[in-house]
Amino acid sequence: MTTLHVESVSIRFGGVRALTDVNFSVQKGEFVGLIGPNGAGKTTLLKIIAGILTPDTGRVVLEGEDVTRLPTAKRVRKGLAITHQIVRPFRSMTTLDNTALAAGYKITSNPLTAAFHWRRAQQSARAAEMLAKVGLAGLEDRDVSALPLGNLKRLEVARALALDPSIIILDEPLAGLNHREAERQADTLAALNAEGLTIVLIEHNLRELVRVSKRLLVLDGGKMIADGEPAQVMSDPAVREAYVGKADDHAAA
Amino acid sequence: MTLYVYSLLSILGINIMLATSLNLISGFCGQFSLGHGAFYGAGAYAAALCAVAGYPVPVALLVGALVGGALGFIVGFASVRLREDFLVVTTIGVSFLFVGFVRKQKWLGAEMGISKIPASGLGPEGNALMILLFAAATIALCLYLNRSWLGFAFRAVGDDEQAARTIAIPVSTYKLLAFTIGTAIAGLAGGLYTYFTQFIVPDSFTFILSVTLMAMVVIGGLGSTWGVVIAAIILTLLPEAFRFINDYRLLIYGGVLMLVMRFAPGGLAGIATSLTRRLRKA
Repeated sequence: MTTLHVESVSIRFGGVRALTDVNFSVQKGEFVGLIGPNGAGKTTLLKIIAGILTPDTGRVVLEGEDVTRLPTAKRVRKGLAITHQIVRPFRSMTTLDNTALAAGYKITSNPLTAAFHWRRAQQSARAAEMLAKVGLAGLEDRDVSALPLGNLKRLEVARALALDPSIIILDEPLAGLNHREAERQADTLAALNAEGLTIVLIEHNLRELVRVSKRLLVLDGGKMIADGEPAQVMSDPAVREAYVGKADDHAAA
Repeated sequence: MTLYVYSLLSILGINIMLATSLNLISGFCGQFSLGHGAFYGAGAYAAALCAVAGYPVPVALLVGALVGGALGFIVGFASVRLREDFLVVTTIGVSFLFVGFVRKQKWLGAEMGISKIPASGLGPEGNALMILLFAAATIALCLYLNRSWLGFAFRAVGDDEQAARTIAIPVSTYKLLAFTIGTAIAGLAGGLYTYFTQFIVPDSFTFILSVTLMAMVVIGGLGSTWGVVIAAIILTLLPEAFRFINDYRLLIYGGVLMLVMRFAPGGLAGIATSLTRRLRKA
């Protein structure tokens, strides 16, 4: 069953083609890695899937429904969760409140419902469960402004999980983490996928990405140049060329 | 009690309504508005026209709140997608535009304002009591909203709009709602002011008033209802207690604002929280 389908998506910023005719689908339960050199169009593609940018052509289909023109908040209500490359916690709240607010998304979706709703026990319990799942148990009452980057990256994942998503797209959740933290974070994601969560992971840490993902997509110059099993994709000459340049270039250098 | 005390209580009640309603917009929801005086003025003029036309007090007050809220909705709708600093500039524009517009309208009394506004019939003590009751109701509303999921979501929007969108919060709707509720309360305060003075002029609703209200919110602590109430009381009573410094009032407000931003960015509420934590540790 297809959870996410990106069809013929293209976008141009002035004279620059950021994405050209990008096509791919993600099936329920898949763990897909998305890689590409800097400027390949990964973040642009994420913004189009999230509803922050609207493509010039093509469409985004989530759980069988065309969401190309829907704003971010509506896509999230339909099962899409995203995390940010640069962490964006609600800094005036505790770790638990950050996650509980996401767990109560059905309440906050309608301001009128939100105005007449007080209780938080149910959402706080779910938030505590999600925090434990990503390894933040015991830090529920901490002010997020006092948390180190590794924990903030985990909080991003916990907040996304609290939305009970059908697919989660993570934008560089391992960036800035040391080797051990990155490995732990990747293991957490692999465990979540093993529980049935559909994951798309945009990441520069190829070592961890190849280790945990089951399928790899490669973007270069705004075009999808490879799609397949990670080991096979990494040995693809076109992918190697995108990352390290042509053999001739090296010889010339 | 003397007429002076009733008058002081009335001003105090109105300032509490204005400061807490601005806190709802700027403190709860992170939208910095420097045009609150304009919405207050719009409510005052609307209520004054109703009162002069012979409508009863509740109708005039309701119209004041509706006009303040409607103007707030229009300004909020036009600026809901603006960046925070652009919203500040827009609301400064609204503030000047309002006073400039009213000054040129003969049907609004132009420079001379509207006089001979009928009394509420409650007398000075009744007026003061009515204003204080509305101020108490405004405080109660703000406290309620802050504890509800609406306030929870307002805080998220104030902290980070983009992050709020990614947890399914319809950010524009929340921002517009905060702006409309806050400006409707300012309009209601304008209606109460009309019955308090029975005489309104454009100079009562200038940009300086909007800056003073923002000073109350920042000094009290953005987002803290009680902090803002205390700051509103202090900044209303201080010029009364030290009349000799009245000419330097803005200088003092500016100086206090700079000190707060430098040494206690959380305002009075932040100082109180920090003291409570230290006492608990000790």
